Amino acid sequence: MNSKNIMYIVKRILLALLTVWVVITITFFVMHAVPGGPFLGEKAMSEATIKALEAKYGMDKPLMTQYFTYLKDIVTRFDFGPSIKQRGRMVIDVIADGMQTSVKLGLIAAFIALITGVVLGAVAALRRNRIIDKVIMVITTAFVSMPSFIMGVLLLIAFVIRLKWLPGNGATAGGLVLPIITLSLYPMAYITRLTRSSMLDVLGQDYIRTAKAKGVSKWKIIFGHAMKNSLIPVITYFGPMIAYIVTGSIVVEQIFAVPGIGRFFVSSIINRDYPMIMGTTIILAILIVVMNMVSDILYKVVDPRIKLD
Amino acid sequence: MKHKLFSMQVNLDDFIPATEEEKAYMVQMRPSTTFFRDGVKRLVKNRVALVSFIVIVLITLSAILIPIFWPYGYEQMLGVTPGKPVDASYNNLSPLHYGATEQAKIDAGEKVFPHLFGTDSSGRDYFIRVIYGTRISLAVGFFASIIVLIIGILVGSIAGYIGGKVDLFIMRIVDIIYSLPDMLMVILLASVLRLTLDSALAGTPLEKIGSNIISLFIVFGLLYWVSMSRLIRGQILSLREQEYVLAAQATGAKSNWIIRKHLIPNCISVVIISTALQIPNAIFTESYLSFLGLGVNAPMPSLGSLAADALNGISSYAYRLVIPAIVISLIVLSLNLFGDGLRDAFDPKLNA
Repeated sequence: MNSKNIMYIVKRILLALLTVWVVITITFFVMHAVPGGPFLGEKAMSEATIKALEAKYGMDKPLMTQYFTYLKDIVTRFDFGPSIKQRGRMVIDVIADGMQTSVKLGLIAAFIALITGVVLGAVAALRRNRIIDKVIMVITTAFVSMPSFIMGVLLLIAFVIRLKWLPGNGATAGGLVLPIITLSLYPMAYITRLTRSSMLDVLGQDYIRTAKAKGVSKWKIIFGHAMKNSLIPVITYFGPMIAYIVTGSIVVEQIFAVPGIGRFFVSSIINRDYPMIMGTTIILAILIVVMNMVSDILYKVVDPRIKLD
Repeated sequence: MKHKLFSMQVNLDDFIPATEEEKAYMVQMRPSTTFFRDGVKRLVKNRVALVSFIVIVLITLSAILIPIFWPYGYEQMLGVTPGKPVDASYNNLSPLHYGATEQAKIDAGEKVFPHLFGTDSSGRDYFIRVIYGTRISLAVGFFASIIVLIIGILVGSIAGYIGGKVDLFIMRIVDIIYSLPDMLMVILLASVLRLTLDSALAGTPLEKIGSNIISLFIVFGLLYWVSMSRLIRGQILSLREQEYVLAAQATGAKSNWIIRKHLIPNCISVVIISTALQIPNAIFTESYLSFLGLGVNAPMPSLGSLAADALNGISSYAYRLVIPAIVISLIVLSLNLFGDGLRDAFDPKLNA
């Protein structure tokens, strides 16, 4: 690791921290610009009750004081305050509850997407312009153009309503199968295309020809030489993939009634539970920003040929 | 006149003006081709891009033209006639079925315009709702891309042209906006802006468009210009250093001339291509937001909100979900393929 690499990593971490701070700030001020407070929806509440509630949640203090308190609580204790609509629960506990299901869902989907994507991409590259390559390319092109919610409802119609093979409720056993498939199809298709093009690029390199000329076996060339180098561009997709899975799970959890963080997020938007919206946005944003940072750093560190800016 | 050897007399026959035929013979066999014509030729040869283009044109034309002659309106509840109780026989009609009063008319020998896709749960003709939804989605995609284009060009060219500290400052802001998780910010802004905008828009002509679409445009204007401005800045920086620009300067060309004749024509293909690829992105975002209930205001349909509404009756009326789903996928797919074709045809650096 040379000093240039370390400089890059430090710069990248600083940018990530700055981004998280910007997200927190935007979220805080945007939420406080909403006309009508969070208690507006509640029926038959007297002025005094609203005043008392605002005092309880610290909403009567000046805006900047509230902002710094909020920032301090997040940085020191990772505390996002109490939920307003779910009485007596802290935002972070509600999010942690939802995270258990969502993380499982997301990780399995990412894993499946990665494995199948790389395998399909490699097969397509090795069988270039044959039938199997063309079939794979047509299918992945279709998957890349289909929004996740459409994919989800089409699977729901096919497997839950028509065929009745799987339950449509994500809380039951086997209920996570369809959400996982829905979330993994788009990244899978993307990784397939990425792997295919970078594999084709690598297979055309001189050192592959040299290896062939030396008489190295076909499989050793594929796994020992070609695969390793053609997977480098796939690393860059880790960050965007996590971002896709996070935002995709917001609708997918809605469609399949999965009790995850995405569903809490949508219901907190509908209920105007400000601390919940802010907490969820910030935590998901941190997840995405950190994954983007990790994949950027990995990419530059793994391949010494890549110039650092 | 006799021709003498070594005489200085010229043969006048050699100097008569050429006839039109002779001129035509001397003209180049093939007309010289311009960059644009060359690109179009390549584009037409690309079957996939051509078919996608035809699909886009067909969808756009039907979204514009069909509402003109279609006898039903998108918000017209067919079972509701003023002063009479609601005729529930119009709700949830299957494709090509008719409501009670319409059936009576047909039995009496009159002609009734068919409901191609049936009606929805409020008795609205579903075909025209899909058409209007397509219209809204296309319009949102188009205008959002134009907004992105304008802001991107403005900021990118300022950063690239002025350079120095201004460039550094703008590019740091671009870096931060670029690393913001866009969808989360879109959801956040869309859910808040609509509340703020509703009161601000009341009474203005913009009210009809609806606060949700306006907030969608604002969100696009705030977040999505960054990649366009990066692209344009990069183009300007690299083009400025090209040798032909230096050559033009050396021959005394003014900077106005250089910008018009050298920089813009070389930039424009890249800009058009990335705008074309931005449209499906915007349509995608709009349908995603509509699906979450953050899109267009009811009763205005968009493809995403039609799909979301159909989710309630999914077990009995699955086709109501499948139709908008197919239309969205078709639009996004053909725009993407056409954009790819445009890039292959018009990006000369890729041809090398």
